[in-house]
Amino acid sequence: MTEPPPTPFVADDGAVVITGICGRLGRRLARKLHRQGRVIGIDRRSFPDRPADVEHHELDLRSARVRDIFRDGVRALVHLGVVHDPRGDTAEHHASNVAGLQKLLEYVEYFGVPKVVLLSSANVYGPRPDNPQFLGEDAPLLGAGPFSRIRDLVELDMCAQSFFWRLSAVQTVILRPTHILGTVRNAPSNYLRLAVVPTLLGFDPMLQAVHQDDVVRAIMLALAPTARGIYNIAGPPPVPLSRVIELLERQTVAVPHTVARLGVERLFRWRVTSFPAPELDFIRYVCMIDDSRARRDLGYAPAHGLVATLCAVDEERWLG
Amino acid sequence: MAEKSALARFTDVATGRGLPLLRRMLAGAERVVDEVTERLLGTDFEERFRVLADRYEQLGGDPFGFNPEAVRSAALASAFFHRAYFRTDVYDVDRVPAGRVMLVANHSGQIPIDAAIIGCALFFDANPPRITRAMVDKWAATLPFVSTFFSRMGQVVGLPENARRLLDMGELLLVFPEGMRGVSKPFDERYQLQEFGRGFMRLALETKTPIVPVAVVGAEEQYLSFGRVSWAARAFGLPVFPLVPQVLLPGGQLPLPTKYRLFFGEPLYFEGDPDDAAAVADKVYLVREAVAHILRRGLAQRRSIFL
Repeated sequence: MTEPPPTPFVADDGAVVITGICGRLGRRLARKLHRQGRVIGIDRRSFPDRPADVEHHELDLRSARVRDIFRDGVRALVHLGVVHDPRGDTAEHHASNVAGLQKLLEYVEYFGVPKVVLLSSANVYGPRPDNPQFLGEDAPLLGAGPFSRIRDLVELDMCAQSFFWRLSAVQTVILRPTHILGTVRNAPSNYLRLAVVPTLLGFDPMLQAVHQDDVVRAIMLALAPTARGIYNIAGPPPVPLSRVIELLERQTVAVPHTVARLGVERLFRWRVTSFPAPELDFIRYVCMIDDSRARRDLGYAPAHGLVATLCAVDEERWLG
Repeated sequence: MAEKSALARFTDVATGRGLPLLRRMLAGAERVVDEVTERLLGTDFEERFRVLADRYEQLGGDPFGFNPEAVRSAALASAFFHRAYFRTDVYDVDRVPAGRVMLVANHSGQIPIDAAIIGCALFFDANPPRITRAMVDKWAATLPFVSTFFSRMGQVVGLPENARRLLDMGELLLVFPEGMRGVSKPFDERYQLQEFGRGFMRLALETKTPIVPVAVVGAEEQYLSFGRVSWAARAFGLPVFPLVPQVLLPGGQLPLPTKYRLFFGEPLYFEGDPDDAAAVADKVYLVREAVAHILRRGLAQRRSIFL
């Protein structure tokens, strides 16, 4: 692992509000940011081992008390609080996600917060057989077509985009990282943590992944005063799925797609697996992004190589 | 003197005469396999393979999934079709300039064997060897094994973004501007160039890429198609369903062993505005004429379909 370059973010007097701070990514970001300035967290969950100088509010984003947090000197909002639970009530999630962001943007506008960073995902483009090998930031967001649970994310992304165009005074940054690997509990990391990794018979798409700390660094770069716009965030060069599994030394079992689809649908309904069936497309088709804009404009470059990125999923494997 | 038992006598014969004989036979078979392999792959296969492997090692891997090791494993089968089955004659392959270049060829033969044979010519006969990056239909990306195989062999889904990226990498791009119209022609339309798409020309103008016209003679006769059945194509979800009765015969699934001839033309250099539709159409016409001309000359030269 190479030493990451120094981050340009220098705190002034304002605070950085992080929503969803209790997620694994949020906690990592808080640990990095609190040394540079005030950090305020908003999350419905509690943050038991938080650094002493991190102010934390256990609130729903739609709560009226969130408004009070923005009242005094907030210099940036980092929105990580996108609820994504494949099991949860879709309508409730949708309402909380969209209304939550809507409210936050309202406060940003009202109190003149100069910076908003939204962590979206490259999943909004969706894996498709006719995807170009590398999708640019202008590619259409077709992810929700076969996989309706990505609809929330697409809508949040769109919401932030319209905010970006409407209010040019606010520096809005939308980050669309590819599969984030690490101790985070997301689908790609959970998938690679399986003892036996199922693959689709005859499919071996090229994959990208990015280390969780590289995403944290990208967020910090996005907090720099000049950054605004939409940026794809990728990690080391892409490799085939089979190579990923080989490097992680996992056992693998290849399943024909039709069988896998029916099987995963059943297992999901019986609550045996937490992978929804449409996610199978991610190990079937390419969904890779071109992050040259982030490299050029933000000065972003992944500090973790391929092996370090992949092995990050095992970091807390035995700690529970 | 005690008589030797039958088993002991058999053992004597087996070790004395049988084993050396078997060993000689095995060695002979091995020699034949080696000879055939060398005849097919050529003596310089390892060298050619090294050139490719080094290039992609320097590039830090191919983002489209091309794997030189896959070329090695597919080399023998490809060489068999290239050198023994279709006995390809390759003319003027040295006209292909180094660096990024676009080959524009006529498309025929129901299944894209012509692309594979052009790929073989560029690997086995060109100096230095090159990998041909062809554009495949996005339908192929939905097929298990096929999609993976294409990707490992350096083929990419046919999209302008992918083509541009490959050209920026300095790759050799194979384009069939006739597309599906060309490959699924019925037999009575053989060697009649279909309408050319214009995307390749816009791309060539944008990236300032030289175009080498290529004529493939021999692919039209490998599968005799009597027409296209559109309802069957719809029913099976295929892009096209050609009517090829020969596949019903035993062994008819293999293409007929016609003789392939590949003719490479002089590289063409174009300049101009890629958004000027009329000018682009004119330039596409020039390329189409160049391919048609080489094709006509190649056909006139041919004395037999199979020899």
